[in-house]
Order: sequence, then C-alpha cells, then structure tokens
Amino acid sequence: MAENENKPKDENKISRRDIIKGFSTVPILGVFAYDYWKKKTLEKVKNKAVQLNLGLDNEAPKIITNNDKGIGEVVKVGIIGVGGRGTALLKAAGFLEKGEYEDYVKQAKNGDQGAKRRLETYQNQSVLNIQVIGICDVFDLRAEKGIDIVSNGIQPNGESANLKNVKRYLRYQELLADPEIDAVIIATPDFHHAHMTIDAVRAGKHVYCEKAMTLTEDELHKVYAEVKKSGVVFQLGHQNSKNETFKKAKEIVDKNIIGKVTLIETTTNRNSRPGAWIRHLDGDGNPKPGSPETIDWGQWLGHTPKVPFSIERYYGWARFFDYDTGLAGQLFSHEIDALNQIMGFGIPKSVVSSGGIYFYKDIPRDMPDTFNSVLEFPDREFTMLYSATLANSRSRGRVFMGHDASMEVGGSLKLIANGDSTQYKDKIKNGIIDPSKPFYTYPESNIVDIDGITSPTEKYYAERGLIDTNVGGKNLDITHLHVKEWIDVIRNGGETGCNIEKAFDDTVSVLMVHKSYVENRKVEWDPVKRRII
Amino acid sequence: MKYKNIQTTVLIILRLILGYHFLFEGIDKLFSVNWSSAGFLLQTNWLLSDFFHTLANDPTLLRLVDALNIWGQILIGLGLIIGLFSTIAAWSGAFLLFIYYFAIPPFIESFLFIDKNLIELFAFIIIAIFPTSHILGVDRIVKKIRSAKNG
Repeated sequence: MAENENKPKDENKISRRDIIKGFSTVPILGVFAYDYWKKKTLEKVKNKAVQLNLGLDNEAPKIITNNDKGIGEVVKVGIIGVGGRGTALLKAAGFLEKGEYEDYVKQAKNGDQGAKRRLETYQNQSVLNIQVIGICDVFDLRAEKGIDIVSNGIQPNGESANLKNVKRYLRYQELLADPEIDAVIIATPDFHHAHMTIDAVRAGKHVYCEKAMTLTEDELHKVYAEVKKSGVVFQLGHQNSKNETFKKAKEIVDKNIIGKVTLIETTTNRNSRPGAWIRHLDGDGNPKPGSPETIDWGQWLGHTPKVPFSIERYYGWARFFDYDTGLAGQLFSHEIDALNQIMGFGIPKSVVSSGGIYFYKDIPRDMPDTFNSVLEFPDREFTMLYSATLANSRSRGRVFMGHDASMEVGGSLKLIANGDSTQYKDKIKNGIIDPSKPFYTYPESNIVDIDGITSPTEKYYAERGLIDTNVGGKNLDITHLHVKEWIDVIRNGGETGCNIEKAFDDTVSVLMVHKSYVENRKVEWDPVKRRII
Repeated sequence: MKYKNIQTTVLIILRLILGYHFLFEGIDKLFSVNWSSAGFLLQTNWLLSDFFHTLANDPTLLRLVDALNIWGQILIGLGLIIGLFSTIAAWSGAFLLFIYYFAIPPFIESFLFIDKNLIELFAFIIIAIFPTSHILGVDRIVKKIRSAKNG
C-alpha cells in the first residue's frame, strides 16, 4: 500500500533531469537575440558609417506648407489654355474640379490607396491666396470647364473657390488688356508660347509659361530680350527643379562621391499611342469632342500654315514640326532641366541627333518615334546621351556614370559603387561596400526586409511608392511647388527657379537637339555670337 | 505517443525552426515603426475581403489587428522555442497562417494553390499533433506540476 502511494509521487517529482530537459531549448532565445541584433544593428551601424564618411544623410526634408488662408494680398491670375496641362496647373495652383475632388474622397473612403494618396498630396498643398479671374481658350468646352474649376473648384483646405464673375476671353490679347489681371499662366500648344509671352510681358503681366518656351532661335532671343528689360517675374514650366531628389543628386556630384562623371545617360521609354501623341480618339475609339463650330480654328492655327480643321492636329499637335520641336521640346526639355540643375553645365558645345519614324507609320507625323541625341561638353569633359523610344516602355532610367560609382536618379536616388573604383577600393575589399547593391538610397527605404508572411505588405508599399511618405516629409506635387515659387516671388521678390537665364540655356539645348535632327547634321553653339551654328 | 529518437529529434528541430521564424517576424514588426497590416489587408482579394478592407480602414480596429498579429507571432514563437504550451501555440500558428492563406490565396493569380504559407501551415499541424515539448521543453515541468496537484 505504502509502495503504491509512493510510486506516483516519485513519478511527479521534478528531477534534475526534468529541469535540464525542460529548459534545454531556452538558450536558443539567446542565439535568436544575437542573430537579430547582428542582422539589424550591425547593418545599421555599417550603413551609417558609410553615410557618415560620405557626409550625406538620407532623410527627406520636412516641407512646411500653409493651408489656412494663404498670405499676402490676393494675386489675380489669368490662364490661357485650359487643356490637360492647363487643368493640371490649375490643380497645382489650388483649384481642383469639384467632381474630381469628391471622387478622390469617395474612392479614398473605399480603401483606394491611389486615390487616398492623390487626395493627401493635394491637401498638402499650400493655399496660394490667388484668384483666377480670366480664362481664355479657343475651345468652348474647355473654356467652360476652366471657368467651372476656378469658380466652384475645391481648394487644398477643402473650401470652395467660391468665385463669381470669372470672365471668358475669346482672344488672349483681350485677357492681357484686363488691368485687373496681375499674372498669366500660358498653357497653350508650344507654338503659341513665344508670342503670348512677349505680349504678356509687354502688357506688364508676370508670366508662368509652360515648356517648351520657343520653337525657333529668333523667338528665343526675342523672348529673352523682352523679359530681361521688363520687371516681370518669369517662370518656365520646368518643375523638376522642385524635386528634392535632384537637389540631393547635385550634392552628391558636388561632393565628388561618385567620382569624375564622364557619361550621363538619360532616356524616354514609352509604348502607347497616347504616349506617341496620337490622342484624338477616346478609350472606346470614338473621336474626342471638338468641331469647327466649337473650336476657333483660325485662332488656334495662329501664324502657322493654313490647313483645314483637323481633330487629329488639334489633339496631336506635338507630332508636327509646324507646332512643336518634337521629342526635344516635349520630353528632352524635362531631361535637360533635371540634368542641368545637377551638373550646372549650361549649354552643350555640340549636338548630333538622329532617329526616324519606324513604328507609328499609319498616321501622319513629323516627330520621330525612335530618337537619339549625343551632347558634348568638352570643357566639362563629359558626354550626355539622350535616347528615346515610343515603342518600348522598358525603364532605362537616368544614370550618371562616375569613375567611382553610378548614380540613378528618378523619383528616388541610388548609388552603386563601381567594382573598379579608386575611391572605394578599400571599402569594397573590406566588404563595407558591395558593388552589386546600392550603398546609398534616398529617401531612405523603409521596406522591411523579411519574407514569408510580410511579403505582400512589402510589395504593396514598394509598388505604391508609399515609402517616401514614411520618411517624415509630406508628399507634394512638384508643379505646385513651382507655381508657388512663382507666386511667392511675385509677392515678395527674389528669383524663380527657372528664370529667363536658365530658361534660355535649357531652350538652346532643346533647339540644338531638334535642329540637328531636322537638318541632319552636327550643330554647335557659338558662345560669343550666342547663336547655333 | 512513443517516438523513435530520430523522430523526436526531427520533430523538435521542426518545432524550433517554426518558433524561430514566428518570433523573428513578430519582433521585427514590433521594432519597425512603420509596419502595419493595412497594406496586407487592403490587398486581400478573396472571400471576406470586404471585411478585411473594413479592418484596414478603421484606425482602432487596425491597431488591434496589428497588435494581435505582432504579439500573436511573438508568443507563438516563444511558446514553440521554450516548449511552453506548445500544442496551443502550434494550433494558433496554424490558424494565423490559415488566415493569411485564406486572405490572399495564390490561386487567384496563378493556377498553383500551394504557397509557402500553406506549407508552413501544415508544418504547424504536424507539430500540434506530434507534440515534443513534454520531452524537451518547459511543458515537461508543467506536466509534472499538474500531475502532482491532481495526484
């Protein structure tokens, strides 16, 4: 009996063996802690060390915006041209069509992250305290829509513009003659930019002119002279200068972090009919609105050769050299804007362009769909390549090739050391820098590097580009910052980011690139006569 | 249930691997200031996706889901590694993985219905029905204490 009572007691007694076996896996937590610390902390310390040596941080600056009431006196603005770009400029100025704003709010509520981001980006804009009191467009439909946007549109602070008596002008000269208007936004097709800018400046209006500034060298000199002798505030629509990434890229080049740059590659990669400026049909293949009754065709043509009304030309003007400088004016202009502010190179010594219409052969066009341009800067000892295709959209990026590293610049920036670098030879040898991976990114990526369960989240953030919002700065439309700068300078004085001097240099490059293609020869810049030869 | 030595060893290793993975996922989320389950919830694309979207869009519910995920993963990981309440931990892990699999099943976008989540889910089920923590783990002591009390 006593034996039976004792037996279970012995079995339930916790022996030394039980303790050892019971806690034998606990030390694994120590291994885990060390493993985790090693992975996270050491990686951070290592990267930080690399950055500290470079003298770079990778936190996006906090942008201060003011969306209470706006400051200073009301600036009264007129807009000439309210098509796609004109509407985008109105949004950047703080006037978003009511229906579109409500759609953003509704879609954001339903969990559409794209809409949520667009809404937040808009709400982050400052209220500029301007009124758009005059609208001019040769197309009735667009003029009416423009009036609706500036009268009843929603501002970034959620309030209605609530403006009455906005005037529609049938001719831009009448808008410029309105003494109430302080400043004008010009967002017409490119061939109207030069004479409208000149007339606006002569009328004493401040000018925000969309790119490309002019179609010819003569026009360029006239605009330059007119703006120079006036007191107006001029801003060319090269808004890339407001992208923080390009400012960081400039800092990197200036600090010699990528070594001597001898080659810069920049590209355009598109593969759709609208992307090739074939835009007169809607999504269902029907012609877009517009007829000789609703579009003042004579005024639209302006000084260009008289041709019968053509809806193809109206929506696809950029394809024709009578109206534009082709890919040079449309897309290369943005590239030169981005690169010039980083490198500060001014005007190239020579340019050779070539290309052809190899893909979109079913519809009239002058603009090549495959286009390459080589710009030489012998004084600065580098070459710039611009390569464009409208028939393949593989992203080829924008790359600065330095002796020590390559710098890829877009919405974000990354530096990849070159295996044969002199500056980073020891760091590469010691494993501090791995030439197969970026050793610096901007803004800092917050993607959590774990797989399995987390991967869908990671993918989501990366695809939607939500990463930059996590850094601490706000998302902002760079066109808004560019328009805001123009208004701020009108109010407070100072210089605009793309003033007439910068606009002149960039436009010369655009014209050289175009001229070389059209004349099928190498063109050069004569810095003394200030002429393309 | 009696195992051969080799079976015990393999089962314990599997238990530790699963625990290690879950503990890492939980701890990493805990220390990532920007982590949120919102992205995952919004990507859900099968049955109940409306419910998941609602969770993502309600800040209070989202915080709760985040906390449950993070601490669920940490506790499951700890349970499996030190062998404490391992069977409950294993079933809980299987349940979590079932939700992940169910929320974004691979067959919506491809013909394959097997993915890493499903494989790990069955690994958890194996650990749940072939327990080892009473051999090597704190459960060995817990069991003794319980028996002593009942005895």
